[in-house]
Amino acid sequence: MRKEQYLIRIPILFFVLAIAVIVAFLASLLVGPASINPFELLRAIFSGEAVTASLIFFEIRLPRAILGLMVGATLGLTGAALQGYLRNPLAEPGIIGVSASASLGAVIAFYFGLAGLFALALPLGGMLGAGLGVLVVHLLAGRSNSPLTFILAGVAVTSFAAALTSLALNMAENPFAALEIMFWLMGSLADRSFEHVWLSAPFIFLGCLVLMTIARPLDALTLGEDAAQTMGFNLGKVRRRLIFGTALSVGAATSVAGAIGFVGLVVPHLLRRLTGNRPSRLLPASAFGGAALTLTADVAVRLLSPGRELKIGVLTALIGAPFFLYLVLRQRKELS
Amino acid sequence: MTPVSIRSLSKSFGQRKVLEEITLNISNGEIVGLIGPNGSGKTTLLRCIAGLLDPDKGDIYIDGRPRHQVDPEILARSLSYLPQSGEIHWDVTVQALVALGRLPHQGRWRALTDVDRQAVTRAMEACDILEFRHRPVEQLSGGERSRVLLARAMAGEPDVLLADEPISGLDPGHAIDVMDRLSHLAHSGKSVVVVMHDLTLAARYCDRLVLLHDTVIAAEGAAKDVLTADNLARCYGIRAFHGLAEKGLVIVPIARTNQGDVPVSGKPDGL
Repeated sequence: MRKEQYLIRIPILFFVLAIAVIVAFLASLLVGPASINPFELLRAIFSGEAVTASLIFFEIRLPRAILGLMVGATLGLTGAALQGYLRNPLAEPGIIGVSASASLGAVIAFYFGLAGLFALALPLGGMLGAGLGVLVVHLLAGRSNSPLTFILAGVAVTSFAAALTSLALNMAENPFAALEIMFWLMGSLADRSFEHVWLSAPFIFLGCLVLMTIARPLDALTLGEDAAQTMGFNLGKVRRRLIFGTALSVGAATSVAGAIGFVGLVVPHLLRRLTGNRPSRLLPASAFGGAALTLTADVAVRLLSPGRELKIGVLTALIGAPFFLYLVLRQRKELS
Repeated sequence: MTPVSIRSLSKSFGQRKVLEEITLNISNGEIVGLIGPNGSGKTTLLRCIAGLLDPDKGDIYIDGRPRHQVDPEILARSLSYLPQSGEIHWDVTVQALVALGRLPHQGRWRALTDVDRQAVTRAMEACDILEFRHRPVEQLSGGERSRVLLARAMAGEPDVLLADEPISGLDPGHAIDVMDRLSHLAHSGKSVVVVMHDLTLAARYCDRLVLLHDTVIAAEGAAKDVLTADNLARCYGIRAFHGLAEKGLVIVPIARTNQGDVPVSGKPDGL
């Protein structure tokens, strides 16, 4: 049996994606309001001098780039996992309510002034919100393996969390606090430190690892639930892992970067055909693709409006929404 | 040892009884046809054997062990299920789809081995789909798609193959192709249980027919003993033309039993 034929060979695809991530990561390190000369920076690193360039690099650029890498990889991977599980190309991480409930948790930290008391209250609130939101989705979906029940439970939690977030904005006594919440909800990687990296990294790493364990069942689900189940896969366990992995990784990512939409929708779509439509191959490819896209978008916001930096969530939505419409139109055409 | 043994199996959905006290053995090397009118419990019985439904009462034994005691991952290697729905959600290539049949033999992280690849090639050869193995599944005709799905079920090289209406929607030529392959598989020593509505093909290909009606097995045995005019009238509510062709019985439904005197006598061409 000859090996499968793809539009592009799988090792080459992963090589190209890895190069794209490395280039975007380096660009994220070097592009910004203050220009950094790479040679000067290297000299400062090796000599141990605390010059401005090395301070900017270590305190601002490096944590921002690492967060961009982690958050983007998370969004791409979870998007691919959810699309594979639900067998729906329009699914994305927000569909199970994790982004909305993480946002609500962070907004509550803002609202009660906890974010002012200590910096990590915001991401911690986000993670707590994500955990609770996903727990509710899990309980609402019950023992049913039906993707529809799962989506409906996610929609219910998303709507409720969004309503409570609006309530917090509505009731905020200080208009500046409301504005701050609004800005945070738009998603950004600016002004993040290594504290944010250390806080989110274990959850993101563990969540992504859990999601990678469901690669094979996602392949089996290509043939539907009955076939997958008779191939020895426990779909209840698969769903629990999906929920747990998504809650950990997207919850942590949203907690440190706010809500960055559409990456989880767009990236798996762009890469699906290149991976031969195989969910198990799409998972790692989407992690690479998500990281490259998020890092590139984060560089773009710095270049597009250097004075008043555009929020990355706004940029991804501006690109993602038309793309979503294109998908809907294409699917309508295919159905007709 | 009997690969599948069903003892006193009962299953209800809510208040509606679907199967009652079903006892059935499936042996190696035979193809058993489950027939009966719509709603008679054929698919339910097949889903119980496959482990997709738990019976309310009774037991199913796989190779002498109660099915619920067999690890699902081990069961998946010896039993393959071909669902009626024929779902394919992503546009993978034919070869990639057939290779999914090897998933029960792979670990969580292990890629396809040479043994897996050989099994996939054998399944594709058996189903005559080798020539279009690189084609995306969305470009297949109905008949090709059925053969690809059958090859997927065969790629795991199971001891027992459960096929739910594998020839529904196929033209007679493709239906014969699929039944030929199932029959060949059974006669190579495996067990095949197939749900079907085409009584002529059931009579021709199945070593044994099990006629389900009103929650119980109404008749079981060779085609000539099961597909009698009396059984067809009682279970399906039809009168049928019975003929004898070179390769077995020919059953052509003619009319409902309550439709008065529609002539059902005659002789097939060539006899």
